[in-house]
Amino acid sequence: MRLARVRGNVVSTIKHPTYEGRTLLLCQPVTPTGEPRGEQVVAVDHVQAGVGDLVLVLTEGNGVRQILGANAGPIRSVIVGVVDEVTGS
Amino acid sequence: MYLGRVIGTCVATVKYPGLEGYRLLVVEPLHEDGTVSGEPHIAVDVTQAGPGEHVFLVGSREAALACEPTFVPVDAAIVGIVDAVSTEAR
Repeated sequence: MRLARVRGNVVSTIKHPTYEGRTLLLCQPVTPTGEPRGEQVVAVDHVQAGVGDLVLVLTEGNGVRQILGANAGPIRSVIVGVVDEVTGS
Repeated sequence: MYLGRVIGTCVATVKYPGLEGYRLLVVEPLHEDGTVSGEPHIAVDVTQAGPGEHVFLVGSREAALACEPTFVPVDAAIVGIVDAVSTEAR
């Protein structure tokens, strides 16, 4: 999983049926110290995260199907945690 | 998944069985501010998006799951048209 900062809500009317009723958030991966690092990802929110939150983003299909069910469809990124604190280097 | 913009169309007459009927579009990945974040590539479209539109895409194996039947050789699919990216905090 990647640490990421939620940057915004992605609003979409026309989308694959799998995405109906799901919240999409734009996330910027960050280092443990909070520096932006890597390409932004659009992720389905599973933990009621919001803009500005530090979150855990899962970007692997099998894990996503574990969370959303076997018929998850074309979803690859899911927010699975809101981070309270990161310690260490 | 990632943000992108449709910058063109792609026509392929000869293609792998299962890919017939799918629109192929040229997309470039974007940052939230609209700047380009990666190399242009070809994606299958299941949303009737057109050139100039902002979209979001899914890559890798999950791209094939956007198609029927799902065992098709694609690695990028446009799965939604983006109306807006709102960056306001709650």
